[in-house]
Amino acid sequence: MSFQIPIGPQHPALKEPISLRMTVEGEVITGADIRLGYNHRGIEKLAEERNWTQIIYLVERICGICSHSHATCYVQGIERLMELVPPRRGMYIRYLVAELERVHSHLLWLGVAGHEAGFDSFFMYVWRDREIVMDLLEMISGNRVHYAINTIGGVRRDLDQGQKAKILEGVATLKKRSEYYLHLGANEPSFVARIAGVGMLTKKQVIDLCAVGPTARASGWDRDVRKEDPYAVYDELDFEVATADTCDVLGRVVVRIKELLESYKMIEQMVRNLPDGDIVVKAPRKAKPGETVSRYEAPRGENIHYIKANGTDKPERLKVRAPTLGNYPATVEMLKKGFIADIPLIFAAIDPCICCAERAVTLVSARSGEESIVRMSDLRRLALARSSNAPVKGNAVWPF
Amino acid sequence: MAVLTTFLYLLVYPGILFLFAYSTFCEWFDRKAYARLQNRMGPTHTGRFGLLQPIADFFKLLAKEDVVPDAADKGFFNALPAFALAVVSTAGLLLPVWNFDLGSPGWTSFSGDIIVMLYLLSLPTLILFLAAWSSTNLFSTIGGARVLTMLFGYEVPLFLAVLSPAILAGSWRLAEIAAFYQAKPLLLLVNVLGFVVALIAVQAKLERTPFDIPDAETEIVGGTFTEYSGKKLALFRLTFDIELVVASGLLAAVFLGGFPGGVILGFVQFVVKTLFVIFLLSLLRALTGRIRVDQVVSFSWKILAPLAVVQLLATILLKGFLS
Repeated sequence: MSFQIPIGPQHPALKEPISLRMTVEGEVITGADIRLGYNHRGIEKLAEERNWTQIIYLVERICGICSHSHATCYVQGIERLMELVPPRRGMYIRYLVAELERVHSHLLWLGVAGHEAGFDSFFMYVWRDREIVMDLLEMISGNRVHYAINTIGGVRRDLDQGQKAKILEGVATLKKRSEYYLHLGANEPSFVARIAGVGMLTKKQVIDLCAVGPTARASGWDRDVRKEDPYAVYDELDFEVATADTCDVLGRVVVRIKELLESYKMIEQMVRNLPDGDIVVKAPRKAKPGETVSRYEAPRGENIHYIKANGTDKPERLKVRAPTLGNYPATVEMLKKGFIADIPLIFAAIDPCICCAERAVTLVSARSGEESIVRMSDLRRLALARSSNAPVKGNAVWPF
Repeated sequence: MAVLTTFLYLLVYPGILFLFAYSTFCEWFDRKAYARLQNRMGPTHTGRFGLLQPIADFFKLLAKEDVVPDAADKGFFNALPAFALAVVSTAGLLLPVWNFDLGSPGWTSFSGDIIVMLYLLSLPTLILFLAAWSSTNLFSTIGGARVLTMLFGYEVPLFLAVLSPAILAGSWRLAEIAAFYQAKPLLLLVNVLGFVVALIAVQAKLERTPFDIPDAETEIVGGTFTEYSGKKLALFRLTFDIELVVASGLLAAVFLGGFPGGVILGFVQFVVKTLFVIFLLSLLRALTGRIRVDQVVSFSWKILAPLAVVQLLATILLKGFLS
């Protein structure tokens, strides 16, 4: 018997709204259909109405987990357009925060993976240790989530000796814990039974479907923007690209924990070799006409921002391609022939940041299934007409 | 007078009131142990050390809105929670803690009560399936199918494991089995393997991690309970709490030497031994992740069932050797 299961738009396995329609035969999935657009906020349009500095704080809000990724990716691009070179100390602090963010994002993912597999103890332990890096980020930037440390031409806050010592101390603790989690994640029988051989994605499929980030690296495709197109400080750092060749969710767990260990290495190097000098240079108000593409290795994969300037203090166009969007085609393939029980794990294994990837919205008629393009003013008129005709439900009275 | 005693027996001790109080305490213990193993605090706020939290949860759920889906089979949907609670509470009456006197067995202690108890503990699983099926929700239906699939896995090992100590004791009456092992405590060591098998099977019966497959929230939302809310959900939760007490009491009676020592000491033994079993179950819950339903069945038949058979064979051979 074949039937459809709606996973989402609201479902406990999803932290954000997305609709996965699964066609299943018994417990086996035969088809998957992903529908986006439940969390569209019109960020790209908003960006066209703000000046270069305001946009930093706007793009930071594209994502709540990799906020620094979007801000840095944007700032890299606009600095190239303005022909600005930030001071080396500023660069080091910017990418130090970037690596700390990667640590917090991967630890968060690891906990979520444990929770999706029903391994709640793992979740609790990992998230307890994530607090260490959250506290470090708060100490550096003053914020736990949206660090707002980037500015055009450098960073906004400096590091002192005490903070450097605290970062090294925190990272040393995290390193020990992460090695333990690597051992646990790859050896705990009930956990491994759930993730080994699940969500297979061959190297060929990765290349064909343009998967990015840890999803691609877990299938032996060692693409990492930090290594192949080293931006900013990454050519001065000694690190390796973590890969695995198991092509399944287990591989993705292992790759992420190995990346954590690489990030600790980088953080130590950056803190130890922090150059002296200024942290920021003054930026001009306007950018020359031109366009640029900025690439950045976010925790979830390659993040791309395309910026087009027209000589004013506002962009003509800002286009964001978040890594999650690149992984959706591969997810559909991974889900096929899996079990219902594997849906949350496979979907979580790409570390989906759904609101990152919401760049468009589709209007689908609930009755006929017909897709249409509607102007905002028409939509508004429809909504007003509908609410004026709607029957009044009950007679609820505001109590105060 | 006899009627009054029976009423007291059913309503106060060891009937519904006592079972309610003790099972909520056990839920608190389980939650607290689970939380401490995960580096959390667990319930702290309601009552001293959060002791009243499960009771508060129960009454809060009772007061919540109770929604019955239009498409549901209303009769079944409404009746099943109360029926499940009645079944497990009846099973609770059969525990040998309140009828320790071997000489004059009450009407809840008879030859074959261990079989009746296992039967009564199997019924909630079927009730869960019916509840899931009658609520007609897609997620419930999948949950219900998983309940039954799991039942075929763990039920046989559980029966084999629990019955083998009974065979060694040569009795089908819980109080007599307990008395046999109280007389010869060393023989308890023979049944350690069976105890482990029974612990795992009870964990599956109670649908706790790693066997919380029928209501795996990240996969099928509420699973069997997706459509249940308010009073009915409260009754189902209480059912699981009482089932936890009864199942751990059964394991304690069969594998840990029962509850000797009269009214007071016997009761203390009951508390200590059931809490010990519940602690082991919490430990199992904290240390594992959820497995898939096909893995449950293959694990049960490839590992648990052969181990239970080995236990049974060992018991039979030992019995022949002893006689």
